[in-house]
Amino acid sequence: MNYSSYIALIPLLPLAGFALLGLFGRKYFKQSSGIIGTLLLLVSTGLALYTAYQYFFVNGKVDGVYQSITAIKYTWLSFSGNVSIDMGIILDPISVMMLVVVTFVSLMVHIFSLGYMKGEERFATYYAFLALFTFSMLGLVVSTNLFQVYMFWELVGVSSYLLIGFYYDRPSAVAASKKAFVVTRFADLGFLVGILILAYYGKSLDIKTLVENINSTELANITTASFFGISALTWGLTMVFIGGAGKSAMFPLHIWLPDAMEGPTPVSALIHAATMVVAGVYLVARLFPLFTLTQSTLNIVTFVGLISAFLAAIIACTQTDIKRVLAYSTMSQIGYMMFALGVSGYTGEAELGYTASMFHLFTHAFFKSLLFLGAGAVIHLVHSNEMKDMGGLRKYMPVTHITFLIACLAIAGIPPFAGFFSKEEILLAAYHSNKIVYAFALFTSGLTAFYMFRLYFSIFWKAKGPSMLVEAHSPSPLERDWGEAEGPISMKLPLIILGACTVIAGFIPFGKYVTSDGIPLESHFDLVFSIAPVAFGIGGILLAMWIYKKESERPSRISTALGGLYKTAYHKFYIDEIYMFITKKIIFNLVGRPAAWIDRNIVDGAMNGIAWTTGKFSAMIKGIQSGRVQGYALFFFGGIIVLAMIFLYLWK
Amino acid sequence: MSDIPVSNILFVSIALFFIGMYGLFTRRNLITMLMSIELILNSVNINFVVFNKYLYPEKLDGIFFTIFIIAIAAAEAAIAIAIIINLYRSHRSIDVEDASEMKY
Repeated sequence: MNYSSYIALIPLLPLAGFALLGLFGRKYFKQSSGIIGTLLLLVSTGLALYTAYQYFFVNGKVDGVYQSITAIKYTWLSFSGNVSIDMGIILDPISVMMLVVVTFVSLMVHIFSLGYMKGEERFATYYAFLALFTFSMLGLVVSTNLFQVYMFWELVGVSSYLLIGFYYDRPSAVAASKKAFVVTRFADLGFLVGILILAYYGKSLDIKTLVENINSTELANITTASFFGISALTWGLTMVFIGGAGKSAMFPLHIWLPDAMEGPTPVSALIHAATMVVAGVYLVARLFPLFTLTQSTLNIVTFVGLISAFLAAIIACTQTDIKRVLAYSTMSQIGYMMFALGVSGYTGEAELGYTASMFHLFTHAFFKSLLFLGAGAVIHLVHSNEMKDMGGLRKYMPVTHITFLIACLAIAGIPPFAGFFSKEEILLAAYHSNKIVYAFALFTSGLTAFYMFRLYFSIFWKAKGPSMLVEAHSPSPLERDWGEAEGPISMKLPLIILGACTVIAGFIPFGKYVTSDGIPLESHFDLVFSIAPVAFGIGGILLAMWIYKKESERPSRISTALGGLYKTAYHKFYIDEIYMFITKKIIFNLVGRPAAWIDRNIVDGAMNGIAWTTGKFSAMIKGIQSGRVQGYALFFFGGIIVLAMIFLYLWK
Repeated sequence: MSDIPVSNILFVSIALFFIGMYGLFTRRNLITMLMSIELILNSVNINFVVFNKYLYPEKLDGIFFTIFIIAIAAAEAAIAIAIIINLYRSHRSIDVEDASEMKY
């Protein structure tokens, strides 16, 4: 195995880009920063693809099993013999897959942003942030050490914060970035506690060693040591999962994701659809050998995933902001990945869920970033996020229309597009393990088709034409040449590439490459099984077509008919309000205010009291400092006499 | 010389010391105060020489200390006089009571 150091270049090139553009971009590369960032990432992507080729086809496999290879390892902080914080690069099927996904989607977003962000005041800063994010995400996926994961985890959090708040002159963007940061930080606390529990019992921070330790010698320790009657292993993994759930916007920590759509749309495509939000799924997959040891944690994963998938799908049906629909759709799809992991086993046939989850992560990255970039192109044209400002756009943006349609079909699970294959595997895994999960998942997939095509028809059909556009905020569309409506080539190209990927990605025999134990899994399609999901998907599409294709009274009639249910879903099940109630009314009043009182009166009071006493005392004795030399001499000699007395008579 | 009892010489030394002390605290003239300090130093010198002579006649440590003290006293006198001259230039006085600005 000769994995030379070129792998380290994959994350380091974006880091170099960040340093270069971040330090000098505003002065020297005002125009060229986009090109520089894109070129650096192009090299990274090339290297990632080459690595994937080397790993999957040349020398990753030994005796039919994909090995997990530590390509680079550098001990950074060593605490004791076994526990150290390392920086390293691990290559195994999922990390190599993630390398490809992250670099590729990031490259597409870089190219798209060349057109989308053109003329932006802080163009260079934007590219610097993108590069920082790409670096952190790549560092995260290749981590060998749990603490390295944690550090890069926080770094992606920071870059996400910076990018959500990119338009910092908008109060809503500032609020959204703060919300995202606080909510994910809160979840990360769980992650940190989980890491510490696992490291304490597993006697290592290195993931490979940790898994080995817990599997062999420490198993008895970690499963017998308990807290509230639940074993330490379950606690640790649940805490880690809380961190993952926060980053992946799982219920009930999902509240930051829809608001995060305040960021520039390409950023939403990169961070809040394709890469960062799947970090939680990736984390569970990375620690999957441990998760399989405790069924209760896997159940938590399953049900949190399922609830998120279902709830988000319902909310997505009612939202009118196209990016918010996509955000909830993302949450729903990540829920799918989560419960697919939850129902999976570690070896043999049972690991189908794991493979399916990773497969869905892979295909979802393509079609969801495509959807977001398509939405970005639409927003670029109409200057609005609201569905009512759109409609009839298919004539004006043919490329966007076709690629968006492809992505919608893919996410709805219509063959032969990518989403069909991965979703099919997830459903199959669910079917084999838990029928209730399967039923919900099936229904959710119908809902997915419905809301995606609601979105599609609302944007591109509902024929109203350009008059609608004139009413929209932009004054220019009438005079504009409609051939140019979609924006420059740099915006069309990523759509086309991602569209092509969405079409072909499903045909990759994923089970052969990515499995939990490295042994290829023969995936077989059961045509009879596919009937139900596809029927649900087509049903959803037809329903959406019936309601939304033509301008009509139907949507409003249906929403009034559903009454309270519609209203509840429109208000996102009042989860934000519940959070506000808990934080504002309960935590602020019962914890915050008393703490503030203690701080102001007792802590500050003690400090002020000390200062006051000192002041008074010094005012009392300052007369001694008279400025008269002879007085000082007298004190001096007096002191000596006193000391002499003490030495002579007391300390004999 | 050994007929003179050590107590006599120590009496001289103590007398010298307290005369110096008295001068230091009662005179207001800086030059006089400096002279008083010299008296105190000299009483110490006498002590050194006497104890060296009576306790360890074969050693020279006390004598050496005396020589050091004389050298330092000379240097100190030079510095003190320099200070006094500067004080005189700025205050037009060498009265110690007039130089009491350095206080709280």
